[in-house]
Amino acid sequence: MTIPLADLVTILPELIVVGVACLLLVLDPITPSNKKDLLAWMSVATLAVCFIVTAGSMGDRVFAFSDLVVVDGYASFWKLLLYVVSGMTILLSIGYLKEERIDLAEFYGFVLLSLTGMMIMVSGADLLVIYLGIELMSISLYIMAGFKRFEARSIESSAKYFILGAFSSGLLLYGISLIFGAAGSTRLMEIAAAVDARGLDDSMILIALMLVIVGFGFKVAAVPFHMWTPDVYQGAPTSVTAFMAVASKAASFGAFLRVMLEGFGGMKPNWSGLILGVCILTLILGNLVAIVQTNVKRMLAYSSIAHAGYALIGLVVAGWVGTEAGVSAKGVSSMMLYLAVYSFMTLGAFSIVAILRRGGEEGEDLDDFTGLAKRHRGAAFLMLLFMVSLAGIPPTAGFIGKFYLFMAAVNAGLTWLAVVGLIFAAVSAFYYLRVVMVMYMREPSPDQEDETRLALSPTATVVLALAAAGVVLFGLYPWPLVSLTATAALP
Amino acid sequence: MSSGGFPWLTLVVFLPLLGVAAILLVEEALAKWVALGVSSLGFVVSLGPWILFDQSTPAMQFVETHQWIASPSINYAVGVDGISLPLVLLTTLLTPLCVLVSWTAIETRVREFMISLLVMETATLGVFVSLDFVLFYVFWETMLIPMYLLIGIWGGPNRVYAAIKFFLYTLAGSVLLLVAIIVLYFYAGKESFDILTLSDAEYPAWLQAWLFWAFFAAFAVKVPMFPFHTWLPDAHVEAPTAGSVMLASVLLKLGAYGFLRFSLPMLPDATQQFTSVVLFLSVVAIIYGAYMAFAQADLKKLIAYSSVSHMGFVTLGIFVLNAQGIEGAILQMVNHGITTGALFLCVGIVYERTHSREIADNSGLAASMPVYASFLVIFALSSVGLPGMNSFVGEFFVLLGAFMWSKAVATAAALGVILAAAYILWMLQRVIYGIPAQHMTSKLHDMNWREIGTLAPLAFFVFWIGLYPKPLLDVMHASVDHLVQKQAKVMVVNAGSPVSPPVIAANPSSPETGDTEAETR
Repeated sequence: MTIPLADLVTILPELIVVGVACLLLVLDPITPSNKKDLLAWMSVATLAVCFIVTAGSMGDRVFAFSDLVVVDGYASFWKLLLYVVSGMTILLSIGYLKEERIDLAEFYGFVLLSLTGMMIMVSGADLLVIYLGIELMSISLYIMAGFKRFEARSIESSAKYFILGAFSSGLLLYGISLIFGAAGSTRLMEIAAAVDARGLDDSMILIALMLVIVGFGFKVAAVPFHMWTPDVYQGAPTSVTAFMAVASKAASFGAFLRVMLEGFGGMKPNWSGLILGVCILTLILGNLVAIVQTNVKRMLAYSSIAHAGYALIGLVVAGWVGTEAGVSAKGVSSMMLYLAVYSFMTLGAFSIVAILRRGGEEGEDLDDFTGLAKRHRGAAFLMLLFMVSLAGIPPTAGFIGKFYLFMAAVNAGLTWLAVVGLIFAAVSAFYYLRVVMVMYMREPSPDQEDETRLALSPTATVVLALAAAGVVLFGLYPWPLVSLTATAALP
Repeated sequence: MSSGGFPWLTLVVFLPLLGVAAILLVEEALAKWVALGVSSLGFVVSLGPWILFDQSTPAMQFVETHQWIASPSINYAVGVDGISLPLVLLTTLLTPLCVLVSWTAIETRVREFMISLLVMETATLGVFVSLDFVLFYVFWETMLIPMYLLIGIWGGPNRVYAAIKFFLYTLAGSVLLLVAIIVLYFYAGKESFDILTLSDAEYPAWLQAWLFWAFFAAFAVKVPMFPFHTWLPDAHVEAPTAGSVMLASVLLKLGAYGFLRFSLPMLPDATQQFTSVVLFLSVVAIIYGAYMAFAQADLKKLIAYSSVSHMGFVTLGIFVLNAQGIEGAILQMVNHGITTGALFLCVGIVYERTHSREIADNSGLAASMPVYASFLVIFALSSVGLPGMNSFVGEFFVLLGAFMWSKAVATAAALGVILAAAYILWMLQRVIYGIPAQHMTSKLHDMNWREIGTLAPLAFFVFWIGLYPKPLLDVMHASVDHLVQKQAKVMVVNAGSPVSPPVIAANPSSPETGDTEAETR
């Protein structure tokens, strides 16, 4: 059996990324230690090439490998976002890993491998392919989370992530096997056909549906499947945390949405209420628990849970019974927009945490931010910008993201859900502004001035500039992003 | 879609932002000079629309429309009418004065302070001139951040608490506003967030009722109306002088402006239906604010509570729904901006000397600070509403309008005027003519030219509006008539078809009124 060339061309970006990832692992031992940065730059260049390839071929819906893989505008959108986010993670890591004394070039290989998994996830048209993507992404992330291998917290983070991740993967796989029993296939299209044929009350498909939702619920860190998030996010090296909070969440949402709409689209009455419940729980718990955190990294972990709750509003709208196709697509596109915007502001916030040093460690405690505005005006202002955007206050991108989500919700007749979302946005302002308050309104103690400093590498500056530009530009002129998500959304 | 002509309003709104860019480029010592120059220039530029304004039409003027987002259609659309123009001028007038009063009072992080002040100016001007509801909301919320920083960084000892209280209160208030905007968009079905388009659409009565309270939550917190006023004394007391002035003179107007621009024209039925509730709250605010002002030993708190009372007149004037009341309300908004702003400036000037806002520490100033004492007397009497001064005209019109609506309401509100005279005169008696506090006398020296320059323009307006308010009233006439006509139409329709108000509509109002009544007792 030969693989048709056309299929390979379809997955060209994946091939490039995985090829370079393997090359990196080979090159790493033979590269002199003072030249390791070249490997990082090589990965960034790879991502730039892939960006051009994906952007250039965007639009058509192409199936490959007997309908196992699909490349459409939807998949391409996520891939473009993932390239940007991975590139920013790598740039941030160049300085950060040195600062932490864990500058091993394998790291970049793992970023690319993980990215390959994510790309497969958003392009998978078959549950097993998506599952393989999830595993490739997760296993790379387990390793990256434990990259500070001499620090107990990082190892704990890695182990916790591994155990709970494996558990959730198991649930997902179990769900997939039940689907295979019911539908005779794991392809999304055939699952949809089986759902149509067997009706809404088929218990086997229902159980499978539940297991799939639970599996993805873990991956996107939605309540009540969020338990792993705070510890893992806090313990992992910060650039990895940023990567997890942004890229892995975006890819998981991308795959989740496709599975729910293209596979289980016929069962909207069964799952939309369930997702609605998860969405509200996530909003409540994420936001309320974030209030009491004193560690900024942990606070951002809960904030990322809360933002998963907002993104889920898009899925609720897409699945809400009785909404027209156009409204449903608005739910999808608003969620894509939200996650894109979320990526910039969250990456920005984590970058500030990563470059703020206290002694030899990260300044991740809220206290370490005390009086930052006096010592490092620029960093404090950028953090202010990211916090304001995360709270959804205009004229930042965070507001635009929320605005479109709430537009979609009201359009679907879920006005009360928009009200709930906005109330919790007001609640979230409390803990985001506390960071601002600590930075701007408290005086640093003298020893703090001595101990804390900014480890601002040139590449980290680029990351901060990109994140800030994203937050400001998409806040002031969101139309390019809005129209991109509108055309790329699943119908 | 852009209309021709010179982009006056864009220039007025964004000039302060240019100033911000300039401040970032110059060294710290020059920051205040740049801020003063830019904000003064802003005032001069804003005189352009004032001079060129056509008083004969209620239509929006100096309109600029550019597409901002294509789907849903959101425009950068600005324009002014007789309601917003006076408020634009008030803002541009007060900002340079805020810079002046902060000249020596702000010693740390001057650059950031001036930036916050100018960003604040842009945001408030943006609110007044926005003709697109989303654009309005963007400016409305943007303003929170610089104000939060102004209070929180340069404020008094309890500033952090006051700043976050201010922020969360106003943010929570505007939560429902955004939802209401989106709901309006879908119900109007015009595929537009344009304020005038949305005002022309008709909404079912039950929807109007919900939207009315959603708007009310946002605007009443900003005004602030009783019982949503509790953030105000804290914010005022802790804010630096310039922050207090911006807060009292400009920010509080935004809520009242919201009622005029949105609640009345868009939701005429609901406005008719709930006007008695709002009037009741206004009268309570007038009397309660005055009553609380009596008890204050802190000058800033006293003025803060007097603000609650004076803004009660504004909402009273708006919701009696006749031309006299509304014109009086707009006039009173401007007057309150001038008078209360000036009073806060006065407190700031004496605070710089004695570092105390207690009346007891600042008594008997007439002897050592005669010029200051004269200015304080002028503004205090203006606040009382002495004939010949600005507030008299505004309060007179409001009371006239209220009298036409109901004699009882007018009588109750007039009680507020008497109370104001009592607490202000009592304050004056102690501060100006009291026995000087011995430990402070060495610190007291009279005002310098900069400080006189801060207060003199406001004193000028106190007498100008008091003696010859016609230019200001002429600007408003056409727009206010237009607004009132729309209300009158609804009134006729309602009288013609005696349908009892729908049950749903009555529901949201009842808990509100219930609470207030309970609290008042």
